[in-house]
Amino acid sequence: MNRPKTMTRSRFAEGAVEWLIRASAFSAIVGLFLIFIFIGKEALPILTSPDVRKEANISKLFLPQDQAHPYSWQPVSEIPKYSILPLFVGTLKMTLVAVLFAIPLALGAALFTSEFSPGWLKEFIKPIIELLAGIPSVVLGFFALMVMASYVQELFGIVYRLNAINAGIALGLAVIPIVYTVADDALTSVPKSYREASMAMGASPWQTAWRVVFPAALPGILAACVLGFGRAIGETMIVLMASGNAAIMSWNLAKPARSLSATIAAELGEVVVGSAHYHVLFFIGISLFIFTFVLNMFAHWFVARLQKKVLGTI
Amino acid sequence: MTGQKGLQIEELSIRADGRDLLRSVSLEVRPGEILGIIGPAGSGKTTLLRCLNRLADLDEGLRISGRVFLNGASILGRDADVVGIRRKIGLVFPVPTPLPLSIFDNLAFGPRIGGITAVEELRRMMESSLKSAYLWEEVNDRLNEPAANLSGGQQQRLCLARTLMLEPEILLLDEPCSGLDPISTAQIEEALKVLRKDMAIVLVTNNVKQASRVADKTAFLLLGELVEFAPTRELFTTPRDKRTEDYITGRFG
Repeated sequence: MNRPKTMTRSRFAEGAVEWLIRASAFSAIVGLFLIFIFIGKEALPILTSPDVRKEANISKLFLPQDQAHPYSWQPVSEIPKYSILPLFVGTLKMTLVAVLFAIPLALGAALFTSEFSPGWLKEFIKPIIELLAGIPSVVLGFFALMVMASYVQELFGIVYRLNAINAGIALGLAVIPIVYTVADDALTSVPKSYREASMAMGASPWQTAWRVVFPAALPGILAACVLGFGRAIGETMIVLMASGNAAIMSWNLAKPARSLSATIAAELGEVVVGSAHYHVLFFIGISLFIFTFVLNMFAHWFVARLQKKVLGTI
Repeated sequence: MTGQKGLQIEELSIRADGRDLLRSVSLEVRPGEILGIIGPAGSGKTTLLRCLNRLADLDEGLRISGRVFLNGASILGRDADVVGIRRKIGLVFPVPTPLPLSIFDNLAFGPRIGGITAVEELRRMMESSLKSAYLWEEVNDRLNEPAANLSGGQQQRLCLARTLMLEPEILLLDEPCSGLDPISTAQIEEALKVLRKDMAIVLVTNNVKQASRVADKTAFLLLGELVEFAPTRELFTTPRDKRTEDYITGRFG
């Protein structure tokens, strides 16, 4: 008599658990959607409100203004100037340095630990690189500001102590563990049979790693790079501390730079709610959001296409 | 010993973790012959093959003693040319292992590693390898498709053709038909009978009947021990050891 009762109870528990995990899966999507709505709502007056548009509109944000200083970010001057192009340039050039510095290092390390190092050495290297991910970015930023900047300045013979190269390298330190971890997983999960088949045909370990394992892991490796890129473009604290924060319209890496994210962090705390400046900061936020979103979508599509090409039509 | 053609295995023993995987096995196969190796699972058949083309180097903790000669030259030494040995002694695995590349690139992989890159030459080699593996008719018009699109039986014949691209002197096959249907199995067996003319073949198989169908000589391995090694007809009609008789008549294993 007892048996059917426990059965129903366990079935009920089963249903409840399933509902719970389904809810947690969808909560991320709901959260993302709400963030988008909220930021979008606060950014919208740039396009719609006449009062705000008088001070800041799309053409003022993106097009050159006066002859002497066509692109200026001076939101709190007598006549506020809201050109966000220098911020885009700053973000992109620091991200570029970070990615160029971090990706080769991280991929090299992943290739080494997955293909060449003996097991004990991998057990030594992998946790240490992953420990790097655990360092708070404010600590990395502090290190870059107080210690690294002097060495970078001397090494490259740069006039300004804080500059895009310094911030980019510090940013790279935050990117390395992400790219490394994902790339190492991708390489390690390449079936052993590929390696053995390649070796059995007389390929050396390096030829096997480069011609067989690396291409087979390419979708995962690209995903690793995109994740690293996303981290670099959105990272705030490191660039806020290590870049010098001058909004300069210049691709010169030796000059200071100001990023989109650091601008939001530095200015949102003191801005007048509802002012043009306030809405511009949210507009910057939604631009970053859309930029990384589109980048991720494109990477997803590209990786899926690549996977299909590598593994055949399934 | 020197000057002798084919593969000579002398008193080969392999230990791992204090366990004997192979105990003093001596075998021989010459060009023009197929050596069948039969035995129940865990007898050391695969370990033996992996040792013969030095793929066992990848397995940690194996202790190998004894001697193996290819055309009279030792292949087990530390200073032996491992890459060269693997090209002369080809190995086909029990499950198809196409690389995630096109059919063409799978076949061209070995020659390209060896420095042959001219497409014309690769195509010529491909045609003869694929014909030898009875696959030419099925794939000659779709060489640029991913190898993963082929059926299991086609993939295994592709792996055979891929090994033949290296023009090996010894061909090792590790249960090449274990996952295949009877038609694919028959095609591979046909291929082996023809290939025997140009090379020595070692065929490890779980299928006793397959050994009796294609092998010239058969060896019976049991728990790392070579129980019996004789011409196939002799081993199957008048086995000298009781355990061989029990195994080939299906009384155990």
